[in-house]
Amino acid sequence: MMKKIVIHEEYCIGCRLCEIQCLVKHSSSGKIIKAFREEYPRPISRVHVEEEGYLSFALQCRHCEDATCIENCMTGAMHRDEKSGAVICDEEKCVGCWMCIMSCPFGVIQREKKERKIASKCDLCGNDGEPACVANCPNEALSYEEN
Amino acid sequence: MKKLAMAKSVLFPEFKVIRDTDRCIACQVCVRQCANDVHHYDQDDDTVSCQDERCVGCQRCVTLCPTNALEVKKREVGFHPNANWSVQHIRNLYKQSETGGVLLSGMGCDQPYRIYWDHLLLNASQITNPSIDPLREPIELKTFLGAKEEMLDIDWNQDFPVIKTQLAPQLELNLPILFSAMSYGSISYNAFHSIVEAAREVGTHCNSGEGGLHPDFYPYGKNIIVQVASGRFGVHRDYLQVAGAVEIKIGQGAKPGIGGHLPGEKVSLEISQTRKIPEGSDAISPAPHHDIYSIEDLQRLIFAIKESISYEKPVSVKIAAVHNIAAIASGAIRAGADIVAIDGIRGGTGAAPQVIRDNVGIPIELALAQVDERLRQEGIRHRASLVIAGGIRSSADVIKAIALGADAVYIGTATLVALGCHLCQKCYTGKCNWGIATQDPYLTKRLNPSIGKRRLVNLMRAWAFEIKEMLGGMGVNSIQSLRGNKEHLRTVGLTREESQILGVKPAGEGW
Repeated sequence: MMKKIVIHEEYCIGCRLCEIQCLVKHSSSGKIIKAFREEYPRPISRVHVEEEGYLSFALQCRHCEDATCIENCMTGAMHRDEKSGAVICDEEKCVGCWMCIMSCPFGVIQREKKERKIASKCDLCGNDGEPACVANCPNEALSYEEN
Repeated sequence: MKKLAMAKSVLFPEFKVIRDTDRCIACQVCVRQCANDVHHYDQDDDTVSCQDERCVGCQRCVTLCPTNALEVKKREVGFHPNANWSVQHIRNLYKQSETGGVLLSGMGCDQPYRIYWDHLLLNASQITNPSIDPLREPIELKTFLGAKEEMLDIDWNQDFPVIKTQLAPQLELNLPILFSAMSYGSISYNAFHSIVEAAREVGTHCNSGEGGLHPDFYPYGKNIIVQVASGRFGVHRDYLQVAGAVEIKIGQGAKPGIGGHLPGEKVSLEISQTRKIPEGSDAISPAPHHDIYSIEDLQRLIFAIKESISYEKPVSVKIAAVHNIAAIASGAIRAGADIVAIDGIRGGTGAAPQVIRDNVGIPIELALAQVDERLRQEGIRHRASLVIAGGIRSSADVIKAIALGADAVYIGTATLVALGCHLCQKCYTGKCNWGIATQDPYLTKRLNPSIGKRRLVNLMRAWAFEIKEMLGGMGVNSIQSLRGNKEHLRTVGLTREESQILGVKPAGEGW
């Protein structure tokens, strides 16, 4: 059974601390002030808060069982991590064709321009304990649970 | 009404928002979290600026800022020092000359009147009466609220003694602490939900306040004391029958002698259904109960309620601590109250005129000591339990209250602080950034009831441990043995009159 991030939209307060901490976690320095002020291009957050009216929730890759991004990846960069079951993009193999972005039903994959174009998505923080978005949500609007 | 043209306000900002620009990453958490629109993001230069005059000092932004770049401080005002004309007085004068209105405030009285808890010291055992280690030996905190029998008729001829007297209904608490009356309306659904869940988990009771009971909370009824106040909002048969006890609210410590007013704009569909009043209509609680003008009238209401609940649950009468409190409490008990709840001057509120909150009533410590003493003198102390409220801040306050004669205490402000309240006193604006004293759906979701419940349960657990430690230290193994035992207290730094009113000897004096 893989652990997944569960969204509790009734308690999302739209502060976007998940986005901020995700960005920091995926920055090269791992330091919040440095990540925002000194790293260029600024790292991007892999979680996004969707907001309309009073409703908001933090959305990141759902790590679908039937992942269309994996199916449509021509280089095999998008793959399922055997150990964790997470859908991971192998940045070495990614050629930036954006087929994954085209096919993702949740719109949670983004274009990241580092040295070259690669697809950027939630990697469950390398399966290293609680993902940053979950650990830093001030209102427990995200939880990391066995599916 | 045509809005009158107004000259520039001379009001000065109360708080100063200090932003450390070396730390600020312009992430805008502060912008999103402030219901008072203090912070503004400027897209052109990627910076955040603030408008101090809007800040109420609730510290929400400070708490959530991920880089600790923010600090909110009380602003030093450069007025010429003047012991008579304090900054607060000047500010109030400016405000009233601009608005022509009564100044409102939330929470309890914040004036520097003497806090007697801080002048009471507890005893401990040495040599002659060994102390008890609560981790090794049981210490009982269980408390029963309700009228106690004068005498028990016991049949000793059975295998076990059998009590033949029919006992008065009791409210059973696992510890002598209850959550104060805070209505759904004054606090949010989520805040109310956190409190009822915690009350059930801990094995104590909370109080519905005067705003009726939302149908979702009926399953928690056993742990809820429902209130019948002067507005009689949401009072009907099921409401009375579902509860663990019924409380007639005569007065409130924050605003003795005056009623309440929930403005129509706060009476949403949910609240209108709970209070049984039309949506959008003002919910006005009159100052007096219009059917209570004497002790005899109170008696009629108490027994009307007792009839409707078949005499199965205790009925409480809540009164504010005022000058003649001892006689009033005695009257309430003679009228049939099983519990008398007394709310002192520091008792909180969602909204009260500041002048009333800060100037009317007496400290609960003095009221409690006097009431307990008077009831003992009259020989009716057993006929009702005493629950006190108004400014209980710690387990030490709780145990001192018990030693001073209370059966249990209500905690209101402490409950809210545990839920995140930062005492900004702006409950009446409905813009509580902590999601407590608000009905704005954008703000109410900031209080996740599962977190709220956990925090309250933790608080009660911690206080219970501390109370046991203190009891053990005194060599007392049950909270009942401490009740009204003023020999376990000594005063320090009080005048002789104050010590006498408290009925407590000054420190240094032995038995």
